Amino acid sequence: MTQDLRTGSPQPDSSPAPIEASTGAAGRSGSVMNRVLGSLSAAARLEVFLIIILAFLVWWGAQLSPFFLTGSNFGFSIQAVMEISIMALAMTPIIITGEIDLSVESMVGLSSCVLGWLWMEGVPLQLGIPIVLLVGLLGGLFNGFVVTRWALPSLVVTLGTLALFRGLAHVVLGSTVVTNFPAEFRDFGFSYVPGTNIPWTLLAFLILAAVCCAVIHLTWIGRQVFAVGKNKDAARYSGVRVGTLKLALFAVSGLVAAFAGVILTSRTSTANPDNGLNMTLAVVTIAVLGGVDINGGKGTIPGVILAVFILATLKSALTQAGISTDYQNVAVGLLLIVSVITPLLARQFRILADRIRLGRWRHRLRRGRPARDPAAGEVVR
Amino acid sequence: MALSVPADVHAANRGGVLIGRLARSRELTLACVTIVMVTFVAIKAPSFLASTNLISVTALTAIIAIAAVGEALVIITKNIDLSVESTMGLVAFVVAIALKQQSLTVPEAWAIGIGLGLVLGMANGAVITIFQVPSIVATLGTLSIYRGLTYWVAAGHEINISDLPAGYTEAASQTFFGVPLFVLLAIAVVIVAGLALRYTVLGRQLYAVGSNAEAAATIGVRSRSTIFLAFALSGMLAGVAGVLWGIEFGQLYASSASGESLAVIAAVVVGGVSIAGGSGTVVGAAIGALFLGLINNALTVLQLPQEWLQVIYGAVILVAIVTDALVQMRAQRAKARSRLR
Amino acid sequence: MFHRMPRAAAGVALVLVLAGCSSTAATPTAAPAATQAPVATQAPVATQAAGGAVGSIVMIPKQINNPYFDVAFKGAQNAAADLGGTLTEVGPSAADATQQIPFIQTATTQGAKAIIVSADDANAIAPALQQAMAAGIKVVGYDSSPAKGAYNVFVNQADTAGIGKGLADMACDEAPSCTGEIAVLSAAQTATNQNAWIAAMQTTLKDAKYSGLVFDGVYYGNDDPQVSTTQAQAMLAAHPNLKVIVAPTTVGIVAAAQVVTSQNLIGKVFVTGLGTPKGMVDFVKSGASPEFALWNVTDLGYLAYAVAVDLVNGTIKGNAGETFTVAKVNSGAPYTIGTDSVVVLGPPFVFNKANIDQYVTSFGF
Repeated sequence: MTQDLRTGSPQPDSSPAPIEASTGAAGRSGSVMNRVLGSLSAAARLEVFLIIILAFLVWWGAQLSPFFLTGSNFGFSIQAVMEISIMALAMTPIIITGEIDLSVESMVGLSSCVLGWLWMEGVPLQLGIPIVLLVGLLGGLFNGFVVTRWALPSLVVTLGTLALFRGLAHVVLGSTVVTNFPAEFRDFGFSYVPGTNIPWTLLAFLILAAVCCAVIHLTWIGRQVFAVGKNKDAARYSGVRVGTLKLALFAVSGLVAAFAGVILTSRTSTANPDNGLNMTLAVVTIAVLGGVDINGGKGTIPGVILAVFILATLKSALTQAGISTDYQNVAVGLLLIVSVITPLLARQFRILADRIRLGRWRHRLRRGRPARDPAAGEVVR
Repeated sequence: MALSVPADVHAANRGGVLIGRLARSRELTLACVTIVMVTFVAIKAPSFLASTNLISVTALTAIIAIAAVGEALVIITKNIDLSVESTMGLVAFVVAIALKQQSLTVPEAWAIGIGLGLVLGMANGAVITIFQVPSIVATLGTLSIYRGLTYWVAAGHEINISDLPAGYTEAASQTFFGVPLFVLLAIAVVIVAGLALRYTVLGRQLYAVGSNAEAAATIGVRSRSTIFLAFALSGMLAGVAGVLWGIEFGQLYASSASGESLAVIAAVVVGGVSIAGGSGTVVGAAIGALFLGLINNALTVLQLPQEWLQVIYGAVILVAIVTDALVQMRAQRAKARSRLR
Repeated sequence: MFHRMPRAAAGVALVLVLAGCSSTAATPTAAPAATQAPVATQAPVATQAAGGAVGSIVMIPKQINNPYFDVAFKGAQNAAADLGGTLTEVGPSAADATQQIPFIQTATTQGAKAIIVSADDANAIAPALQQAMAAGIKVVGYDSSPAKGAYNVFVNQADTAGIGKGLADMACDEAPSCTGEIAVLSAAQTATNQNAWIAAMQTTLKDAKYSGLVFDGVYYGNDDPQVSTTQAQAMLAAHPNLKVIVAPTTVGIVAAAQVVTSQNLIGKVFVTGLGTPKGMVDFVKSGASPEFALWNVTDLGYLAYAVAVDLVNGTIKGNAGETFTVAKVNSGAPYTIGTDSVVVLGPPFVFNKANIDQYVTSFGF
């Protein structure tokens, strides 16, 4: 059990066994393989849990409707969540470092409107899309700058930019709605790879997810992200440029949100200032469902990917059953809470089971207090 | 022995210390800014200060202020409550249905509503303290769940003003000596909550848990029961706000009060309550709600183009927190410098 | 492996609980979907008539749990009882076009015979609707039209120019001697319907008859009661001489009337626009809103369903010039499909003190 240096409260190790190399013991594990195994085994527990949920939902959906297991159902169900999934990939490292970006939905709207405005003004999409991505990058940089320069809480700053960017979206387009995008543009967001039921945007998501996974779990950037998340000050003293890292993460989040805006505009063939409304909470839901600890320091991209599929499957099953979005949201809310409670409950079960096993259940049943076993000479978790 | 320091440094220190003193009262700063803003708007558009306008604006703002007081309690303990809008909507609807079916008298319906708010807040608190779910996640979940309950209760119907007892919505526009009833109620809530925060043990415990839960634990403050109480009170105040919402609008839908959570949190944050917990006052939260409500009204009264309203609103929030942070930093630096003498 | 089992077991347990919760949390407005779902949502509603030959028809409003669309759904349910077919209603919880798309696509894969839809955004749902049409599903738009080419027939609740003129006329009636400042409290800034009606109203206002009316501008209430209220308050403060507030949205008109009442401006400022009788009955009687209009929303739903059945049965093809009748709507008088395959329900009703009680009873909304 390690101690959270910020609050001093005991924290469970994220790695399972002491013998195998763990990411926590920096420097002890030499090889890349050991490090990869270490971080993967930390991920393994939660992923098993998520895979079970996913398998159950697939089974349940098949019971609800014979059309659930069709390719076309898979295609459009996954397509519907691709924008928020892509944003969840960029949100994950931000949450791991202990920050949050609430403004992503408004950046979706803003980028959609800028793209629409540029298109209306006759700018070709080949030029318009990069400009829009640049706008997203600048917006993210703005967020990152305000957060890092004045050490302001990101929740509050992005609460402000949530309104600010949405307002800018309205300024750009006003009451105009741009809809005359070319059909080829719409095909990216709405169509599938020819001959299959795989949407183009799913390919984009998977590629981005692979990149994200590699960066966060296999490179030094990722290790810095986790280090900052676990203990910002220790990371700074170890030479991590915390401010620059966070600035970069927010910039990427803005860029990715702008890309999600382009996808949304393509899928709906509409540039509307209200595009993207209510997406932020869905993005945070996916991240948390995927095992990203909202307090920072923990999280895996494979978990987020699984969460994406879980959400898409759940919504698809409920839609097939004829349930409208209002009650779908209730199901998602329940799933969110239960999915966060369950690992904690499981840990308590484990602690209790260990104590019973060691015969120490008669005393020290208070949670969170480690019992000392002098005979074993070690602290019993 | 004092070092010999040049006179101009003394002067700068004095200026810094003064700002420090002013800044130490964030609430005072915000109140000053509000007055300046009101004056400026009144010069450009005198009708802004018309009693009819101010009365209706402040009545609605008072509802948000009451919810903001509850939210402030939660934020002071270093948590957050995203579900306040769903609590308000559910309570408003339940009270209205009870009155529509005429199964309860008006005071009974209000009591049920406030009690329901308390229960919903306790449910939040239970999930957070017993199951150790981070508050942002738990209230994200209950946001949807409570809203789902509202849809279920509404079963596709809305509440019309004609469904409610005659004259029910008039209370929203009643005034005592020119001050709207709702504003008086909000002031009462703020006073009670403010005094409780400052002078009761529970109040001190809320701040303690918010600034350093571990240290608080060593002096015997149980963070879990404190946080549970904070959420329970927040839910109850959201229930009060929900009851008032029903009186103010009369016409209720299952989606009533959607989107208010962010407005409430913005009010609390602008009012100087730190999102990191441990500081801030409910007076600040209430003034924050007043400030944002007046800005909203002012922007339209000034006949600014509709598209710019949200931009300015977002910019105001950003400027408020950045300025607050800058002033705090400057005050701390001035305090540190003044110690050098 | 011991430590993994409680987790996995707990995981399965929780999802079973979730499954239990989800199946009982079905929306009460949905009749059973035409699938072999073992999930018994509720006992079959009496909308299923003997004629299953028509097949399943899915109704997708702009927003579920919106009273306006619930009234239209009841009308459609009446039609289903009379004409046959299985009717289901599904939809988004917020007026969001991207949330409508999965429901359209699901209806397509489930083999619905027809989709009746009110578009949150005309173009956003067009590709999905076109896919449905390509699969042989009939698409009937109602209330808010999908893009051209993405529907077979669009049932318009009223003629746009007619609504515009009606709004102008009511404003003229309420302003003393047809003179004074008027302003509009609308829905969302990008709401297609409202923008079309406001544009039509402004065209009408150019006429000499309305020269005494000064147009002060449009304010947007987003169909949200709170935003509509704050906008109405600010509107009155910004224009102290305002005489009439025109609110072509059922949410906005109530908010405006309430603000006028609470600010004691009855008799000085008048409210008009589009509103439901039940929502506005107190305001008509108090004088805050002497006159306002709407169409028969129940009939709108009935007509939309009837058109869908006719399309499915091949009675009509959706081409301009075709005529058809619906026994219980328009007193059985024939409808003619106009250009762009649009059918207009009929002229709007104007409600005032004299007839409001009668309409509250007969309309029921």
